[in-house]
Amino acid sequence: MKFPPLRYLTPQSLDEAIALLEQHGADAKLLSGGQSLMPMLAFRLASCSILIDLKFVPGLDRITVTDRGVELGSRVRWRDIEHDVRLPTVQPLLSMAVKHIAHYAIRNRGTVGGSLAHGDPASELPALAVACGATIAIAGPNGRRSLPAEEFFLFPLITALEPNEVIVSLHFPPWPKARSFGFQEFSRRRGDFAMAGAIVFFDQDKDQNICSPHIGAFGIADTPLRLGEAEKFLLGNRAGSRIFEEAAAHGVRNVDVRADIHADSDYRRALLATLVNRALVEAAQRTSP
Amino acid sequence: MTSAPITVTINGARKTLNVSSRITLADALRDVARLTGTHVGCEHGVCGACTVIIDGLAVRSCLMLAVQAAGSEITTVEGLANKGEFSALQASFRKHHAVQCGFCTPGILTTMHALLREEPDADEERIRDVLSGNICRCTGYVQIVEAVMEARASYSRGSAA
Repeated sequence: MKFPPLRYLTPQSLDEAIALLEQHGADAKLLSGGQSLMPMLAFRLASCSILIDLKFVPGLDRITVTDRGVELGSRVRWRDIEHDVRLPTVQPLLSMAVKHIAHYAIRNRGTVGGSLAHGDPASELPALAVACGATIAIAGPNGRRSLPAEEFFLFPLITALEPNEVIVSLHFPPWPKARSFGFQEFSRRRGDFAMAGAIVFFDQDKDQNICSPHIGAFGIADTPLRLGEAEKFLLGNRAGSRIFEEAAAHGVRNVDVRADIHADSDYRRALLATLVNRALVEAAQRTSP
Repeated sequence: MTSAPITVTINGARKTLNVSSRITLADALRDVARLTGTHVGCEHGVCGACTVIIDGLAVRSCLMLAVQAAGSEITTVEGLANKGEFSALQASFRKHHAVQCGFCTPGILTTMHALLREEPDADEERIRDVLSGNICRCTGYVQIVEAVMEARASYSRGSAA
């Protein structure tokens, strides 16, 4: 469907963008890359009469690497992440997973902030943020705040972002050397929304026992999740096919799995267990530099 | 609704288009600039038929307002040929029968042109991966892949092909 009547505004600063949000309230939406918002408007799943394009707001398009981790500005595009030569070393999971996000032409425009604000439970970046314990920096009329990704996603397409706030950046904590990681998703067509996906990473102590296991799941519930029960299975154990299978099977048992036209909840739960297991096997073979 | 003139460069020519701000770039190209080679399929970014090249990058022109493109350089499928002669990529599509009904073809040509300019040594897996964003319901993709593979040679020295 064609878009509804729209006014298009281009603030030149973050303060001006926030002031416009304050002024126009629910009539206005922020526009970043538009790769999620525009389809939502076309489907009338979202409605607004004013679009506030962030493209002239300075400072939002940088990828910053420090010893405190990786910070992605909210206007960083998937393309920028794919082409950044530092990320394969300092955040290899993100670097690998970004290739699974949407399709080539979409990755040329879709942005970090747009994906977070959209909050689709099947999207990769929100799931990576939750699995990695990333934090989201937000600017509003009363200054800045930051929120753990785990508290940011509330329901499908509903986040903790207030209508007068702007996402500034996403911060990933440091990634230790020799960390093992895997990423698996399943969709009907390459690049489409995942029916389920699994993100895993863990470190190993000097006796080769697994420590700090992280297992994230997406496309299965109202928000991206950590599978705490599966993580417990791994903690303190040696990596191996038997423990991986057990963790995958038990870890998904109590997850409240949604159903849709493509997959009922039993199928989706079984799919998730398969993907968690595959991601663990992948992780055991893939260690970061 | 607001309406404002935007200036863009389309296929090398500077143009001022009078567009209402709700109009997509795809519709502006077709209905205002009268370049109907850009096809509108799904209108929500899934099919890839409307793909054009903006400042060197393949993008969905249905997921962009025309006003967002102000000041940019746009190449549509009409801009690939040179003085009525097919580009190497287009000629390769004809040679390999990589076109059937032709509806998806403009989006595939622009996407592959942008890809090969950036990655002239893209291998078959990469080409297929990128092609997965363009839906063709007639031919299957075998001939399309063959056509793109053969056209790579014309891109290898940074030439515009």
